[in-house]
Amino acid sequence: MPEATATFDVRRLGPASVVDIRGDVTSGSEDVLMAAYEEAGDAKAVILNFSELSYMNSGGIGLLVTLLVRANRRSQSLLAFGLSDHYRQIFELTRLDEAVGIHDSESDALAAAGAV
Amino acid sequence: MTEVNEKAAARDATNWAKKVSRLNVSEVPEGAVNINVEGKRLAGPIQGFGKMWQKTYQVRLPREDVSATDLIAAWKQRFPEFWPEGGSFYAPLTGIEPGEVALIGMTLPGRVKLSTGVMVLYADEESFTLMTPQGHMFAGWITFSAIEKEGKTVAQAQVLMRASDPIFELGLTLGGHKQEDRFWHQTLSNVAGHFGAPDALVDTQVVCVDKKRQWSKWRNVWHSSAIRSTLYMLGAPIRGAKRLLGRGALDAST
Repeated sequence: MPEATATFDVRRLGPASVVDIRGDVTSGSEDVLMAAYEEAGDAKAVILNFSELSYMNSGGIGLLVTLLVRANRRSQSLLAFGLSDHYRQIFELTRLDEAVGIHDSESDALAAAGAV
Repeated sequence: MTEVNEKAAARDATNWAKKVSRLNVSEVPEGAVNINVEGKRLAGPIQGFGKMWQKTYQVRLPREDVSATDLIAAWKQRFPEFWPEGGSFYAPLTGIEPGEVALIGMTLPGRVKLSTGVMVLYADEESFTLMTPQGHMFAGWITFSAIEKEGKTVAQAQVLMRASDPIFELGLTLGGHKQEDRFWHQTLSNVAGHFGAPDALVDTQVVCVDKKRQWSKWRNVWHSSAIRSTLYMLGAPIRGAKRLLGRGALDAST
């Protein structure tokens, strides 16, 4: 498996956990992303912050699908904010946007998660 | 914009397909049938019906024989040649490039000739990903990649998929999974054979990512390439008769 080139830091904000993503998300990020997800714990919503994302390839998109399945299994909603126009289009192209709620800002995502 | 961000933006622009709402086939190669691709939407694992599977097939080759980037370059260039017998992959004229659409012809049990296709979702020097349209046997994507590890170059095909509809789900359960495993085994053996190792062992790892079926997606059956291909086959005599009649009328008028 390729080496991880991204970091995932978790912040708990009420019923939501925010995962701050930095660097390149590829298939090599699987272990660190899933560890971050476990750290997010029993949050009602897991919010992915893509503001500091450098790059994501198709392996990274695949990881998000796997993450979505895990979140669904725990009845958690998966939300995202901070996506560039390009990655918004990638979410639309891959139709991830039909399952991951996309928001413009952290406050919008938190509001959607019922955290504010 | 920093230099790092500029490089990332450049990679974004060249490696990912541009957003499309419906697929468009620019040219239909001879022998290919474009009844299940034109105008269809892409469908990923989220849009599929059946259980979600991640299937990984790997073959290890000596690093001194081929590097990861050379392997992927050859795989892109010769993709149709590595496609197993019993099916045809009609590569786009421009090759495996992001956004290009390829048509596929396969023979299913019962001699049903199934026509479908894929779009190149992503391609870089070390990997490329194909995504399926509505009506394909499965909804998902297949990533072909290569990495160098411990003196070996590892070629990999990884499928993330759900059967598109209840009929394909049943088919996968009744032997379709095994057939698919054989298909990708053969593909990787063909890749290995190209680099002088036709007997290289192909490893398979299958993980059921989600055991739940998405019953809300049963209507995907409307787009089924199997049903539409069968109807297309059954309509062949009528189309042939129409052509003959049309030609006869044309001859009579001249």
